[in-house]
Amino acid sequence: MENIAVKEDTPLLEMRGITKDFPGVRALDHVHLTVRRGTVHALMGENGAGKSTLMKCLFGIYEKDAGDVLLEGRPVEFKSPRHALDQGVAMVHQELNQALSRSVMDNIWLGRYPARFGFVSQGEMYQKTEHVFKDLGLSIDPRRIMSTMSVAERQMAEIAKAVSYDAKIIVLDEPTSSLTEEEVGHLFRIIRMLRERGCGIIYISHKMEEILQISDDITVMRDGTHVATEPAAQMTMERIIHLMVGRELSNRFPPRISKPGEVIFRTEGLTSRYANVKNVSITLRQGEIVGLAGLAGAGRSELMENIFGISARECGKLYLGDREIRNRNPREAISNGFALLTEERRATGIFGILNITDNTTVTSLKNYRRLRFLLSDRKRREDTDRMIRRLAVKTASRETQIRTLSGGNQQKVILARWLLTTPTILMLDEPTRGIDVGAKYEIYQLMEELAAAGKSILMASGELPELMGICHRIYVLSGGEITGEVDAATVTQEEIMTLAAKNV
Amino acid sequence: MKIKIIEKFKAMDKRERRIYCRELLINNSLYIFLVAAIVLIQCVNPRFLSWPSIINIISLSAANLPIALGIAGAIILTGTDLSAGRIVGLVACVSAALLQSSSYAGKMFPGLNTLPIFVVFLIVIAIGALIGFVNGFCTATFHLHPFIVTLSTQLIVYGALLLFLMTGNNNGQSLSGLDPSFTNFIKGSVLSLGGTPIPNYVFYVLILTAIMWVVWNKTTFGKNMFAVGSNPDAANVSGVNVKRVIILVFMLAGALYGMTGFIEAARIGSNSAATGLNYELDAIAACVIGGVSFVGGTGKISGVILGVVLLRLIFVGLTFLGIDANMQYIIKGLIILIACAIDMRKYLVRR
Repeated sequence: MENIAVKEDTPLLEMRGITKDFPGVRALDHVHLTVRRGTVHALMGENGAGKSTLMKCLFGIYEKDAGDVLLEGRPVEFKSPRHALDQGVAMVHQELNQALSRSVMDNIWLGRYPARFGFVSQGEMYQKTEHVFKDLGLSIDPRRIMSTMSVAERQMAEIAKAVSYDAKIIVLDEPTSSLTEEEVGHLFRIIRMLRERGCGIIYISHKMEEILQISDDITVMRDGTHVATEPAAQMTMERIIHLMVGRELSNRFPPRISKPGEVIFRTEGLTSRYANVKNVSITLRQGEIVGLAGLAGAGRSELMENIFGISARECGKLYLGDREIRNRNPREAISNGFALLTEERRATGIFGILNITDNTTVTSLKNYRRLRFLLSDRKRREDTDRMIRRLAVKTASRETQIRTLSGGNQQKVILARWLLTTPTILMLDEPTRGIDVGAKYEIYQLMEELAAAGKSILMASGELPELMGICHRIYVLSGGEITGEVDAATVTQEEIMTLAAKNV
Repeated sequence: MKIKIIEKFKAMDKRERRIYCRELLINNSLYIFLVAAIVLIQCVNPRFLSWPSIINIISLSAANLPIALGIAGAIILTGTDLSAGRIVGLVACVSAALLQSSSYAGKMFPGLNTLPIFVVFLIVIAIGALIGFVNGFCTATFHLHPFIVTLSTQLIVYGALLLFLMTGNNNGQSLSGLDPSFTNFIKGSVLSLGGTPIPNYVFYVLILTAIMWVVWNKTTFGKNMFAVGSNPDAANVSGVNVKRVIILVFMLAGALYGMTGFIEAARIGSNSAATGLNYELDAIAACVIGGVSFVGGTGKISGVILGVVLLRLIFVGLTFLGIDANMQYIIKGLIILIACAIDMRKYLVRR
């Protein structure tokens, strides 16, 4: 077997007829995927289309029910991600699984430390890591502790780990979801370098601009089936969306119906004690959607956390109408009519093991009290069902654990939670991150409806087209300060980027 | 509903049916185990299912239920409480000291008239809640793991108990000679089954359990407790006063240990510094067997009851089987381990 010369045109990786059944659902139905040597292959599809399931079948996290996997023409069956890694198939996860309190090199060589008689050779490990980093053009000290590094650097370390295993296939799952433009540029340089060496990259992402920029082939999946594989050069954004949703989405953004009124909320010289927020003064009108733009680390989330009373305020004032308010903690902010949809859905949004009813009503429990302390389950159920219908949450029932829903549906449930508190000021931090095109549109539409009904929305996002498409006005943050205020209708991406880079 | 399940089962193919049955077995493994254990023990020793034996198991379970209900709250918050047993011991001794018969020669405080039972009850519940407050306050304010906090308070409470036993005329003696009104109130009986009297405290515990069910399932506090246990950061953002919830959970737990101690004082009759020793360990085991998971945010009152009864049944059953006392420890340990391993399967993602 070993001696058979691998022909140039043999695909690096071939998955054929992959089928996976879960009780009651067919998650994958005869899906095929062919990755050519030295190419970047984008895998696209809405959440729930089966991308992750396909990858889990590749890595042996799930046992596939039918189908074959061929690596350089040889049939393989990986038992675990570790087994796949040993054969040169690596995955860089969206949620990096790293030992954060250990150093970079400890993480890279974990499970195969260079050792003599059971003693780990720190020097050898250091040199080997240096070697790999130099190769990739990375300037990270191998001795640095993971937790002190940015997400981008940790991701680079993870890719370096894959390279250190001589990986032929590297799967990148939503690699840019928390990177700045500049970091994305660096990542793409590394991807191109790996491609030139003959690696095959499977690139999973929702970001179309990036996909069209970096990939050679695009495979689109929908509802567990393979829809199309075409060269990226022949694809357009409209066509990809069409293939993904199976219907035409003529507009990425809903028509504008909201009209801003009087100023309802303003801040004066808001400064955080520990976080990166300096002297921020902004205004928000009734029925207005205001965007917060900026590079990662510019202080977008931190500003919202400051307003909501999560992080300590050094100085600065908040005015709701003419009244000065304090918002010393989330409870006070909520009672002043504020709501905050946080960026990290899993860390600070959902109660994973609780059901949808509990997740929806947790902030408004006071409204369901009968006889002063008993909760009315009937009313809680009614409100939850109403919200499930209104936001079109796809779920079996309101008793379903929220962790089993897709990202977009989880986001809708958290939105429902905040809507039940009837807020006047809704702050949304990356409300559409990691959710699919269809659900994104629904969330934009909901925002537009809320604004039209007189709610004010403050929205932070790293995706400029999104901010420009949905907001009335945009504040640009850089290094924790406001560096500009622009009209979303007339501004260009370049102008925003210039403002965002001002204090870097 | 039942017919629907049958129809659904008929519609499945062979493989789906196998998976369905396996799930059913795993999800109900505790009940199956319970029935199997009863049948086995009954076959070996037919006296096992006699009224005196059944009521013995019920009353022993009832005595241990309040402490388990208290600890369950701490476990739902992904914590634990190692001070429970010592609080029970302290409270039992305080109850006994305050409710000794005035005619008893070795009375701890000879000058003290026997206090009304209800007053003593309130005092000891307050003591339990106060220690619980300290546990909760330290956990919430200093962000310490409750394991550390209660490891410390457990020692402090034990020291206080030893000092208390040295006060008055007592000089470290066991406390006995309780006032008959107290003993009667707890151990007396108004109802018999098959000629065996059911002690009154079983009914008190039943009422308490019903109250706890309401607290867990029907109050804002209960919902907040599960939310904090499931994701404290999300709870904070959602406007839950996380610190207050943690303190209240531990205070409630302390009050429940107070209840246990109050019952134990009369049930045991002669209380010393050893009263309550290691009670928390049985209670934690019962909770975990009953599906109150250390993962946090999950647990049901019914599960705690099941866990307590199952554990008690095993303890009593092993004696009925005539198994050597030393061997019993090994078997108990294995059963807890196996029960939890099976239970954990529910939470694992299956491939």
